[in-house]
Amino acid sequence: MRIPVGWLAEYADLPAGTTPEALHAALVRVGFEEETVHGGDLSGPVVVGEVLEFTPEPQKNGKTIRWCSVRVAPEGERAADGGEAVRGIVCGAGNFLVGDKVVVTLPGTVLPGPFPIAARRTYGHVSDGMIASSRELGLSDEHDGILRLTEIGLDPEVGTDAIALLGLDDAAVEINVTPDRGYALSIRGVAREYGASTGAAFRDPALAVSPPDTDDGAVRVAVDDGAPIRGRAGCSVFVTRVVRGIDPAAPVPRWMSSRLRLAGVRSISLAVDVTNYVMLELGQPLHGYDLARIGGGALGVRRAKPGEPLVTLDGQRRALDAEDLVITDGTGAAIGLAGVMGGEATEIGASTTDVVIEAANFDPVSIGRTARRHKLPSEASRRFERGVDPAVARAAAQRAVDLLVELGGGTADPGQTWFDAAERPAAVLLPTDAVLRRTGARATDAEAVAALEAIGCTVESGEDGLLVVPPTWRRDLLEPVDLVEEVVRIVGYDRIPSVLPVAPPGRGLTREQRLRRSLGTVLAATGGSEVQSYPLVSAEQQAAYAPGPSMRVANPLDATAPLLRRSLLPGLLDAVRRNRARGLVDVALFELGSVFLPVEGASYGTAELPPVGARPAPELLTRITDDLPPQPVHVAVVVAGDRLPKGPGHAAEPVDWRDAVDAVRRIGAAVGVELRVRQEAVPAGFHPTRSGEVVTVGTPEQVVGVAGELLPGSVADVPGRVAAVEVDVDALLAAAPRGVEFAPISTMPAATQDVSLVVAETVPADGVRDAVVSGAGALLEAIDLVDDYRGAGLPDGAKSLTFALRFRAPDRTLTAAEATAAKHAGVEVAAERWGARLRE
Amino acid sequence: MSDALLTEESVSAAVEAALAAVDAATDTAALKAARIAHTGESSALARLNARLRDLPPAEKPAAGKLVGQARGRVNAAVAAREAVLAEAERAALLEAERVDLTAAPVRARIGARHPLTLVRETVEDAFIAMGWEVASGPELEHEWFNFDALNIDPDHPARSPQDTLFVEPLGAHLVMRTQTSPVQVRSLIERGAPLYVLAPGRVYRTDEIDATHLPVFNQFEGLAIDRGLTMAHLRGTLEHLARRMFGEAARIRLRPNFFPFTEPSAEMDVWQPNAKGGARWIEWGGCGMVHPNVLRAAGLDPEEFQGFAFGLGIERTLQFAEDLNDMRDMIEGDVRFAGQWGLVTR
Repeated sequence: MRIPVGWLAEYADLPAGTTPEALHAALVRVGFEEETVHGGDLSGPVVVGEVLEFTPEPQKNGKTIRWCSVRVAPEGERAADGGEAVRGIVCGAGNFLVGDKVVVTLPGTVLPGPFPIAARRTYGHVSDGMIASSRELGLSDEHDGILRLTEIGLDPEVGTDAIALLGLDDAAVEINVTPDRGYALSIRGVAREYGASTGAAFRDPALAVSPPDTDDGAVRVAVDDGAPIRGRAGCSVFVTRVVRGIDPAAPVPRWMSSRLRLAGVRSISLAVDVTNYVMLELGQPLHGYDLARIGGGALGVRRAKPGEPLVTLDGQRRALDAEDLVITDGTGAAIGLAGVMGGEATEIGASTTDVVIEAANFDPVSIGRTARRHKLPSEASRRFERGVDPAVARAAAQRAVDLLVELGGGTADPGQTWFDAAERPAAVLLPTDAVLRRTGARATDAEAVAALEAIGCTVESGEDGLLVVPPTWRRDLLEPVDLVEEVVRIVGYDRIPSVLPVAPPGRGLTREQRLRRSLGTVLAATGGSEVQSYPLVSAEQQAAYAPGPSMRVANPLDATAPLLRRSLLPGLLDAVRRNRARGLVDVALFELGSVFLPVEGASYGTAELPPVGARPAPELLTRITDDLPPQPVHVAVVVAGDRLPKGPGHAAEPVDWRDAVDAVRRIGAAVGVELRVRQEAVPAGFHPTRSGEVVTVGTPEQVVGVAGELLPGSVADVPGRVAAVEVDVDALLAAAPRGVEFAPISTMPAATQDVSLVVAETVPADGVRDAVVSGAGALLEAIDLVDDYRGAGLPDGAKSLTFALRFRAPDRTLTAAEATAAKHAGVEVAAERWGARLRE
Repeated sequence: MSDALLTEESVSAAVEAALAAVDAATDTAALKAARIAHTGESSALARLNARLRDLPPAEKPAAGKLVGQARGRVNAAVAAREAVLAEAERAALLEAERVDLTAAPVRARIGARHPLTLVRETVEDAFIAMGWEVASGPELEHEWFNFDALNIDPDHPARSPQDTLFVEPLGAHLVMRTQTSPVQVRSLIERGAPLYVLAPGRVYRTDEIDATHLPVFNQFEGLAIDRGLTMAHLRGTLEHLARRMFGEAARIRLRPNFFPFTEPSAEMDVWQPNAKGGARWIEWGGCGMVHPNVLRAAGLDPEEFQGFAFGLGIERTLQFAEDLNDMRDMIEGDVRFAGQWGLVTR
């Protein structure tokens, strides 16, 4: 909402010289966030000039400039800047004539921008000022050439101060009005708030007019809402007034168009401008009809018929919904969308002389739905949706009538049509200590009463507290807490003291939270750079790494990426690409984040949507709480380029599958789970012979992820191998053992031996290792694979795995014979399970 | 050759010769040769020693002592020289191994945590220290938790469907949560009151990406529900957090605002005393006293329990804490971004 300062000053006593900043500060204090300041940023000698003559001068660049002689002060006087009365000015525009009155910005002027004006040499002349356009003066955003004052109905004396003439010295402060304060979408509401904030006197503009209290107007209205929404009637107030004999060509006075402009509303015609002006001043949307075009000379309000056509003011032909509230003419034909936008058929036009003013009050829900349904947010619907004071309708209609009579030369019908079924706000008891108990702030009864009265309440002191009747424009004040906020808002939030609450002893981070932190720390400490990637992906990305049922966003920002990710890999690979494009080729990235894994055939959510302010029935609450797709946290690692850079004395080490397997080892270690990669199924997007599933060690093995090299060449713009891992952290943590199974540390000497076993190439080393472990028994303390040899000396399709074994007894020095016997027992099991034989 | 007589002079001469040879040895090999020459079986001292048996018994003790002392002197000299030479040779060997430590290659890369994670953990720790607990909730959320349970009526302008990502099928009332506030009601339903929880997490809006907006970003939701909590406790809690984050001189300011789920509601500004561009007030987040309807939605009696809630953006916190120009850096995954923070909060 933009508040022209001069307009506000009419209804609240602003101290002389109040700056926009001071005004903002006063309004921020009571809850209106400052946005910006419009206008008021033009200064200097800006005067009315008369074009005496000009010479068109074609230029080499194809443009034709005009070398003008402009009178900027009456004969015999000096100009406002102290210079000559007639100036030579170069002008690029061609839309003015000799004799036109124009606005001249003399040297010393500063235009909004800021653009200082000085006499300067251009196109072979000294241009001693500038002939200004509406846009340069901040009067409009349109590029429509030089402002010719006759075009806006002005013929002032040469030399007149144009800043005062055009109202260029006024500024508007823009504030953000929260949706609970519809009343503040008006000068009336903001002036009241300014008064409440600063103590300045406030004069209610609604009380400055004297509307009749009769219901005897010429244009009758039939209100008939056959289908109230949520039990609320669509129309609670409807007032019509008639003004006849308006001069359609009557100009809009400068003060009015200037204020409208500062408020961000375009000037159109007197009748239209008056309705907008009154809406901005009082917050009551008005609609003006051309009486001659209203069929049957009467109005009605009803719900639309499904599909009923209506051409709105913007020229759009709309098919209406049965929930839409429409205004009809006397024949029952829809002529407007109530509270949202009028219809074309009854629009005020260039020939309109008799105007019907409608000041009505419509149900916020109905108007909000219609505005959204037809994607038609308007100044009117914005106000109705947030609540309009039902008691201001007659005053607003009267104000419009007065302005049309005064400015348009019309004659008002004495009668008024007045339908009024508005409910009045109910009294709310504000218990004596309510403010203190809720906010900790102390406010005396007198302060509370003053605050509530300042916002328009009527207050009666009772035994248990204050009995408060909220004003008609505050339908949001329903409970004591609502009044508490108002009192504290007005006495000031600075009144609230600072006390640190003492929570009951907490349990600290949960085990899962601690382990997740460890996971992030370990992956970062071992080379990974953490990433938070965008969780919506395209169908192609989803299919590439995590095919399966997907949750789809109905209104994604990027229509090509509507799916909620099932895998973190697409986002990480995007980041790899982005790094690479920036010359960062060797990267290890990781992410911890949610994925969305709906189960095939399952349905999620509920058809029901329980209302606010109550706990749903248990069965429904359970479904609302739990009927969501699984959203486990995953961790993923992607490594590309060289795992280690080339350095003095050693070559670069390009990334391969080993980096994935090692990342699996580190992920497991970070949370205390032993993990392996099982090379059976090939995960989507991975190298068919260099990847597998990540499983927990144990019986049974549990698949918790995937790991390996991505399919070579499959990552666009990233040459070389890419190693990737993705693990379901929720499943991993569920599998993590609690505590440690401690084995006593023996200090007896160890016996170390190597063993080389020949097996088929397809046999996994892990399997052979497990076999040796299980056969060797308790004396085997450690076993490491130290070589995987293939080639000369071995049969085709065989490999030799060499393990380093360390044996130790808990209680004695082990003999070589004992160690060898244990080793052979291990070999035996490996032979049974895998056909392993000792390599000679 | 005829051997010299065993006399003091001859012994002394042999010793002098031996010491001279030891001194002259410049490496351990030369020393070894000198040792063999002057203490070996064919050395002068050995030959003098052999003369002992020719002496009359009465002279043997004195002569034996003379030779023994002589051999002792020579052996000691050899040992001393050997130590010196060995030390020098070891030093030479070590010198030959000299490397340029500044030319060391990288053996293991070190990565970085995302600064958003570091901020989140700092805040979590501040609240854990006060006895709060950390809670979480689903990002794909039921519409009731995201709006209705928070006293945002379907027809209220604050429902702002244009900011919300809806999930198909549309009739199932599923949304990407637009705030972390749904965790309030989930926690209350799950755990009841008293309750002091912090809920960090990702939220989704339909905002286009620019320097100060991301469509997916992180928030913390704080919620304290107990008997007798007031807005003063809200202020105290936020002030404490501000000091933990921005130093002891930090303070906060509350301005009236509107949120459907709090009453009274406030916008919170923080005074950042050590801001890079100079001390300043910065808009930090929204807060207020939990609306009775939110407690009712969770099945609590608002007459018995009341409390406060606040919501802060983590990206925004990071942005102004570190004076970052462009939020887009936070989501692009450029390793040079997180790399500037490294592993720990400083």
